[in-house]
Amino acid sequence: MSDAIATPAATTPAQTGIARLAPWGVWIVLAVVLAALPLLFRSGTALTMLSLMGIAIIFALSYNMLLGQTGMLSFGHAVYYGLGAYFTVHAINWAIAAKLPIPLLVMPLVGGFAGLVFAILFGWVSTKRSGTAFAMISLGLAELVGSSSLILRSFFGGEEGVTTNRTKLLRLFDWNFGPQIQVYYLIAAWCLLSIALMYALTRTPWGRMCNAVRDNSERAQFVGYNPQVVRYLAFCLSGLFAGVAGGLASINFELANSALFSAVQSGNVLLATFIGGAGHFVGPILGAVLVTYLQNMLSDVTEVWQLYFGLMFIATVMYAPGGLAGLIMMHGPIWRAGALSGLFGAYALLLAPIALVTVGAVLVIEMMTHLGVKAAEGTVMKMAGISFDAKSGLAWVLALGSLLAGGGLALLAWRRGVAPAWDRAQGKAREKGLTV
Amino acid sequence: MNGRAEARGGVRVAALEARGLRKNFGAAEIIRGVDLSVPKGERHAVIGPNGAGKSTLFNLISGLLLPTAGEIRLDGAQVNGLPAYKINRRGLSRSFQVTNIFPKLSVWENVRCAVLWSRGEKYTFWRSVEANPEIAQRTQQVLQEINLISRKDLPAGVLTYAEQRALEIGITMAGGANVILLDEPTAGMSHAETERAVALIRRISEGRTLLIVEHDMSVVFGLADRISVLVYGEIIASGTPAEIRGNAKVREAYLGEEAR
Repeated sequence: MSDAIATPAATTPAQTGIARLAPWGVWIVLAVVLAALPLLFRSGTALTMLSLMGIAIIFALSYNMLLGQTGMLSFGHAVYYGLGAYFTVHAINWAIAAKLPIPLLVMPLVGGFAGLVFAILFGWVSTKRSGTAFAMISLGLAELVGSSSLILRSFFGGEEGVTTNRTKLLRLFDWNFGPQIQVYYLIAAWCLLSIALMYALTRTPWGRMCNAVRDNSERAQFVGYNPQVVRYLAFCLSGLFAGVAGGLASINFELANSALFSAVQSGNVLLATFIGGAGHFVGPILGAVLVTYLQNMLSDVTEVWQLYFGLMFIATVMYAPGGLAGLIMMHGPIWRAGALSGLFGAYALLLAPIALVTVGAVLVIEMMTHLGVKAAEGTVMKMAGISFDAKSGLAWVLALGSLLAGGGLALLAWRRGVAPAWDRAQGKAREKGLTV
Repeated sequence: MNGRAEARGGVRVAALEARGLRKNFGAAEIIRGVDLSVPKGERHAVIGPNGAGKSTLFNLISGLLLPTAGEIRLDGAQVNGLPAYKINRRGLSRSFQVTNIFPKLSVWENVRCAVLWSRGEKYTFWRSVEANPEIAQRTQQVLQEINLISRKDLPAGVLTYAEQRALEIGITMAGGANVILLDEPTAGMSHAETERAVALIRRISEGRTLLIVEHDMSVVFGLADRISVLVYGEIIASGTPAEIRGNAKVREAYLGEEAR
């Protein structure tokens, strides 16, 4: 965030080689990580999940151009994601039918273009207003497009959607994009490009004014800017990247259907962005990775995964409104002051109580689910390899007991351990002038 | 009621001029026919009791509110009816009575945002904000002027009250506007802080046109070339500090003991 004042850089010849690469360090590391991930996670499930994460990252970052950067809460971002997907699928099918020499690699551009065009169209209406009115218009537009998708069958393909075959396009380097690994690399490349572009956008004059409009749109007018134009541009560019994400999703699934427009999709991107942290550029990346992981893992483990997901969202809103990124960034000044180790000791105190609370809460939720939803299967259930009776008093005593005991201990550890340790660490950072 | 410029021969155009300005909120008439002319380079103060309509007058001139009747001219060109950002682009910048900054942005960013438009950056999203070195230079210069250079990396929201008021002035002047409106810039400041603020205002208004609303009479009489007295939405007197001090109507309506 800090801005060095532009001074002519005094570089010695020896510095130029590596030093010239230094500003690109983050991007080089990111590229290497994206390239190396499939070597670490080889299974098909892992590759599918990595692909979904890449798509989710682009989508969440595009959403955060609105929410985090410009302060616009949208409930209908899936519109541009879905339209990007449909247009990409139709473009692929058309290119196959017309035997056009277009490689799959560039197809997400079609999605991006579709997202941009519809954002230009819809945004013209919705960004005339800000705040609650904007949020409501976005919701209305999402409903409109969602229901049209079921009526206009020739384009949207009704309930089944429109399918495609990504392997039939012009081949480059003998890649037909049949294997998931090739699709992963396609997504990874677009992900890297999109992250870089969206980051660069935040560093432009318009990008800086987005933050200004978010903070105080009235004041922005008195430094010469029309907040409506700033918001409209944010909306259009955000639609573009949402369209790219949608295009990639349709390539990944070889399908575009009305589920892509759903309120669930719009809600998910909001949750991912918020849980990751809307206040920092990396927040949505963390959120997209975590939420994609949990959605895929939790849904295998429990039927009520959405409940856990909801609890996590509520906990974030209540106790960590800055999201994961906010929590991490809070520690920046303390880390620079060299006071992090003292803090970690205190955090360790929290581990056991939190584990206890989690076990208790999971037991309570799962037993209630079993008794309520699966009553027909009898009262005996199995968790972590242990069979027990969901109606037995002992199970409930254990569950509620660990929930309460864990909660009490966590509170104690917080008050006696973490809070004072935090104050001490903050004090050290303050002494060194690293925070206020 | 007309300014010195016209009195001297009517050739020079006033930097800022209001004619027959009116503003109603429902049935309540807040500004009831204000005529005001501020020649280029003048420091002009508007004083008056609470509720006289001083802030409303500023809101009308700066485009935050639309006048019910009358016209406002900036360098001779009519600006009433234009949105605030267009008036700002024509060289009128204002500060607010209640601190109005970008609280989560750094001090540096606050000032830089105010520099961008005037350097022709507009809504540019295809090149870095650091591409034009003039922007950083101007930002640096403003921060030095308002004495906040050492605080440049802090979020503006954590500054002390007096620092935020200085930043408010910094944002107001950063774009290089020729006409500057300051709405109670020293309100709530200690004596020492007020002195520093006045020195700052004097510096930044050098060679510009200043319209200032202020309650502190020592500030007003120390700073202003001319003073207009606004009472119940009307200007009851306009003149040099000495003339205003000696005006019986003003003394009765407003100044009372304060002016001595």
